[in-house]
Amino acid sequence: MPRILALLFLPFALNALADNNIQEHKLANGLKVVVQQDHRSPVLVSQVWYRAGSMDEVNGNTGVAHALEHMMFKGTRKVPAGQFSRIIAAAGGKDNAFTSRDYTVFFQQLDKSRLDLAMKLESDRMQNLQITDAEFAKEIRVVKEERRWRTDDKPQAVVGEQFNAVAYQEHPYGRPVIGWMNDLEQMTAEDARNWYHTWYAPNNATLVVVGDVDPKQVFAMAEKYFGPLKAHKLPIRKNQIEPEQKGERRIVVKVPAKLPYLLMGYPAPSLRDAENDWEPYAIAILTGVMDGNSASRLNSDLVRRDRLAVDVSAGYDITNRGPSQIEFDATPSEGTSVADLELAMRTEIDNIKQNGITEDELQRVKAQVIAADVYGRDSMFNQALQIGTYESVGLSWRDVAQYTKKLQAVTVQQVQQVAQKYLDDDKLTIAILDPQPVDEHAPKHEGIFHVR
Amino acid sequence: MYAKYLLAVVSLALPLAVQAALPIQHWKSNSGAEIYFVENHDLPIVDVSVNFAAGSSQDQPAKAGVAALTQGLMSLGANGQSDDQIANRLADVGANLGGDFDADRASLRLRTLSSEREKAASLAVLAAVIQSPDFPAEVLEREKARTIANLSEAETQPDSIAEKAFSAALYGSHPYALQDAITAETVSAISREDLMTFYRSHYTRNNVVVAVIGDLTHEQAEQLAEQLTSKLPEGAAMNALPPVPLPTQPNEVRIPHQAAQSHILLGYPGIKRGDPDYFPLYVGNYILGGGGFGSRLTEEVREKRGLVYSVYSYFAPLRVAGPFEIGLQTKREQTAEALKVVRETLKTFVDNGANAKELKDAKDNLIGGFALRLDSNSKVLDYLAVIGFYGLPLNFLDDYTKQVNKVTLAQIKDAFKRRIQPDKMVTVIVGATE
Repeated sequence: MPRILALLFLPFALNALADNNIQEHKLANGLKVVVQQDHRSPVLVSQVWYRAGSMDEVNGNTGVAHALEHMMFKGTRKVPAGQFSRIIAAAGGKDNAFTSRDYTVFFQQLDKSRLDLAMKLESDRMQNLQITDAEFAKEIRVVKEERRWRTDDKPQAVVGEQFNAVAYQEHPYGRPVIGWMNDLEQMTAEDARNWYHTWYAPNNATLVVVGDVDPKQVFAMAEKYFGPLKAHKLPIRKNQIEPEQKGERRIVVKVPAKLPYLLMGYPAPSLRDAENDWEPYAIAILTGVMDGNSASRLNSDLVRRDRLAVDVSAGYDITNRGPSQIEFDATPSEGTSVADLELAMRTEIDNIKQNGITEDELQRVKAQVIAADVYGRDSMFNQALQIGTYESVGLSWRDVAQYTKKLQAVTVQQVQQVAQKYLDDDKLTIAILDPQPVDEHAPKHEGIFHVR
Repeated sequence: MYAKYLLAVVSLALPLAVQAALPIQHWKSNSGAEIYFVENHDLPIVDVSVNFAAGSSQDQPAKAGVAALTQGLMSLGANGQSDDQIANRLADVGANLGGDFDADRASLRLRTLSSEREKAASLAVLAAVIQSPDFPAEVLEREKARTIANLSEAETQPDSIAEKAFSAALYGSHPYALQDAITAETVSAISREDLMTFYRSHYTRNNVVVAVIGDLTHEQAEQLAEQLTSKLPEGAAMNALPPVPLPTQPNEVRIPHQAAQSHILLGYPGIKRGDPDYFPLYVGNYILGGGGFGSRLTEEVREKRGLVYSVYSYFAPLRVAGPFEIGLQTKREQTAEALKVVRETLKTFVDNGANAKELKDAKDNLIGGFALRLDSNSKVLDYLAVIGFYGLPLNFLDDYTKQVNKVTLAQIKDAFKRRIQPDKMVTVIVGATE
């Protein structure tokens, strides 16, 4: 139910020892290959990360990064539409893809002997994709169904989308990854082709392989399949900086629902220099103290003690190409007004700003970080995800190992400092879901979006 | 060099699934608990799941929700420790406590570091939660209020509305309908005494299956099992569930909703664990709608016509017939068209079965991908729990690829024809009703 997860305790932590098992190799065409050995099972995961996500889109063309992700399964001269996944499946594998604000990722999970198949297919569609008008016309219908399912019919997802649109006025993070419906309605096959030709190139990609493999063989195989591809000139990436916020921004979102919902966010920096930055690590600890386990402050105080909320969470995404936000969300309990819940949330925030956190709280979060570090090694997929994320947001896989170490070095004073600096009332964006009755006799067709 | 040698030995000695052989150790503890253990020292972690036949099918209709609240409250007060104390003790050692809950089974699941201090502290908490839950009255009131709030939100959401209607239509008065029979009224009626009674009769030492994988010796696993189960209440084994009656006529439920998409579910009573038709139906369903891209449903409804983002079918095997379910969501204007394609695809498949190419592709995937099912401790733990809870043969996983390989086209056709009646399906449509 919560829209935000405390990323701190997701797989984003890896044992420093694992360092020794990671190697990289860069092809002449610019493709970077990163390999991590994990010999626990005779399998592997292969992921191709393109450094192109919705933040690279321009207004009026939102959703094209994600639409292209769908079109990547629609065929090349050698591999007809729909065959990619069938070929992987027949090899005993699983495959899929996902698009975020920062990147687009394609992956296969296979027996360790089938890496050549993944590389053959991925290198082919890196340069030889065919986007026909007919296939695009069918697939964009699928994408619109995905939008209806993911966002339009989910009250809290609508709030999240509107929240971003207000929190970011200049930065492309203000636009939904899936794209506005009106843009999807008008998108053409040519838009998808342009996107593909602009961003899909070896010099804009990272190949991550984790599993029961020999790095030397992986590098040789990458040379064989990806080596012949041509690099091409990428557009200049303009660093878009959100202008300073000059005061609180507050919106109300009226959608059919039963329970109100509150989403609050404060602008915060992402990790840029893994060695020298300290603030992002302190913010990660801060959100861990607020919402790292069920006895953390927000849940303990607002759900368990005061019973003002039925759900509450805090989150902060440390690895972004763009800026970040410290976010809090909550659903009020029966008989609690949204205003009262907001007041309680802000009291919690003020309390941390004024009084900081305790040494006990700090140590508890650190213990969880160390454990999460070990647990993360139980999943090859998550280890690959972590390497790919770091590489794609402008950090290095070497910085992954820094994460746990740097979090261990955070002090209670630093946590209070970042709380005071970033949890600034004048920088708050707040979105409130105002539930509307579900009127079964009022089909909304395209909802709040324009029907063409 | 020494280190390298050691590493080589470790990786030779302990691959989980090289020959599809999962060395499961199974025994009965002194107190009567069934233990399933896989020793694996690759990572310094231990995963435990403690399973009871205490799922939603054990509820009484007027108080639907007792089973779920019992499981939910166990970690919110035990042996005099409060919910916050329990959570903090686990967090202090980086342990994660969770659980699973379905129609048959309620389980608690712990992941902990295997180092002595961490393991001892987290197992002590788990032992208290399982064997001495307090069910504090004020916590129950709070959790009831939260449950009711979530229910009232779910009542407005098309996916939840559809699931509820589907359960009711498919299972009628069978206990498997109880999972979705929870309402504000049934929850309000639940008292602390109800949870205590349910706990004492269902969380018993003759009714528990412990699954363990990780960095432990056999002896340590034995101690762990004793620690977690020897103080459980005594009690008889559970009564058997009645068989699920098969529909005698089609049942179509249409519920109007203003959402942009209609949510459509079709179903029929499916299979039980250990069902003789399990493998033909499982392989057949991969071809029909379980295999994602390449499956007939995805091909017909999404790839050819662009009607959906997601369409799937599955068998969920339970103690008695779990559901066979097909699900999709489509723009409300396309409801009739999508439903027609799904029905035709199902009927064609049941009437004519699969073809040789499809069967080969299915086997290639299910057999070739077997190692991916066991490539992490958490996945192995899931299998251990299922094998133990349902009393499947210990060689179930070793035998899996053989069984899949033996399935023939004739068996698939025969099994679907006998087990699925396309003209007597339950159909639920939430959204466009015209």
